[in-house]
Amino acid sequence: MAQGKYKVVQGPEAYFPPAAAIMGVTLPDAGDAIAEGEIVPESSAVELIARKLKEAKNPVICPGPLIVWQWSDDASPKAAAVKELAEACKAKILPMQDYRAKRINPAAEISPNHPNVTILHNEIDVCVFVGVHSHFENVALRLIRGGTNCYTIALSEYAASDEAMISLRDAGVEKIKEIIKILKET
Amino acid sequence: MSKKIITPVKEFEDLLTPDYKELIADGPYNSGPKTIDDLGSFREIIEPHPHCAGCGVSLGIRLGMASLPSPEDTIIIGTPGCSYFALTQSALNYSCTAFGNQNSVASGLKRMLKIRYPEKHKDVLVMVGDGGVADIGLDYTLHSWFRGENIATVMLDNEVYGNTGGQESGMTVEGAILNMAPTGKKFPKIPVFEIAKTSGCVYTAKVTVASPKKLGEAIRRAILIAREVGPTYVQVYSPCPTNLKFPPSQTLAIAKEGEKSYYKYEEYMTDEAKKYLSRINES
Repeated sequence: MAQGKYKVVQGPEAYFPPAAAIMGVTLPDAGDAIAEGEIVPESSAVELIARKLKEAKNPVICPGPLIVWQWSDDASPKAAAVKELAEACKAKILPMQDYRAKRINPAAEISPNHPNVTILHNEIDVCVFVGVHSHFENVALRLIRGGTNCYTIALSEYAASDEAMISLRDAGVEKIKEIIKILKET
Repeated sequence: MSKKIITPVKEFEDLLTPDYKELIADGPYNSGPKTIDDLGSFREIIEPHPHCAGCGVSLGIRLGMASLPSPEDTIIIGTPGCSYFALTQSALNYSCTAFGNQNSVASGLKRMLKIRYPEKHKDVLVMVGDGGVADIGLDYTLHSWFRGENIATVMLDNEVYGNTGGQESGMTVEGAILNMAPTGKKFPKIPVFEIAKTSGCVYTAKVTVASPKKLGEAIRRAILIAREVGPTYVQVYSPCPTNLKFPPSQTLAIAKEGEKSYYKYEEYMTDEAKKYLSRINES
């Protein structure tokens, strides 16, 4: 049911906006990325991410369970890169420790079930999701663009996230380092 | 599940919130199996419950969670109903199925886990309400027992569809008047406990939330026996003050009353299950 030209942009769009995929937004192939609903070259998305983080007043990085816990040997190096990224853009880190529908402390964590609470509580203007399983990431990002004006970035391990305003696919340590490099140079 | 996934990466260790730090340090995963006797001395894997005051189901879940022989290697299968609300918050692998479908999903997961981890026991525990087992999911439940699936099924029997306003279930006692059964239920409780024995379950127990030790032991035995011998079933009376219209403070008294009549403690196991249990208890 492609609608064409649907933009995934800062909200608040609606109580619960339509899924970007339903509105015709597609995921990028290898070498590409997604920015505000459109397929763009990966290099320009990396630059855009760095610029958004640089300009942000209160950027926050939200590492998800895939890199908070030692699922694999890749988790720790990626966590170290994410920490370096946070230092480079002076971002706070609020972890998404798991996906339980339990009560949270919005000052210290984010939940995929009610991410708006954390975004609004901390007045976050740019947030970066990294290490979150895609199905939870999609719902959380959609809730954020539905109910807040936060700019969302997803550094996805596999296929990118069509619900984020900018998303890289295959975003491992190297791509995070590229963003850090640009941040340090500018 | 490996214990790696309950071990934080060192980079984010200090960022974890206190409840997660407590779960790692004082939870049941790393400090050996816990029992009902240990309650109060460790960080439980269940959050403060979201149920009505005096809820028997929430107590049943809490006691059940404290009795798991190997929580890090357990997946709970639930289905819609009151039990769902607490189970989704527990720090365990959890899957909610379409209503009544739980024993089919559990069967598939158990078979898959046996193939994926042939050297390790991965416990699949179905923990659902009376509607899930005795009404909507009765056919799937029975067929999982007929097939001899290695899964443990726990029914949290609150004798009503609680969270939808109080409709009668097959497990409601005859004559009971509920919000949506104003003229009283017209037929007796479905004898699921008796049916389980003749349908392939190698271990069955009938307990109430008023006897925590018996409940804990029954669930522990059901999980252990299901690993190798066959399907098991535990029926837990967990009265509902909201729909059965008694004060929340009386839940345990009502459950105790049940123990004197139709909810007397009963336990059944096949000879094979007995031998297996004594073998693992000795070892």
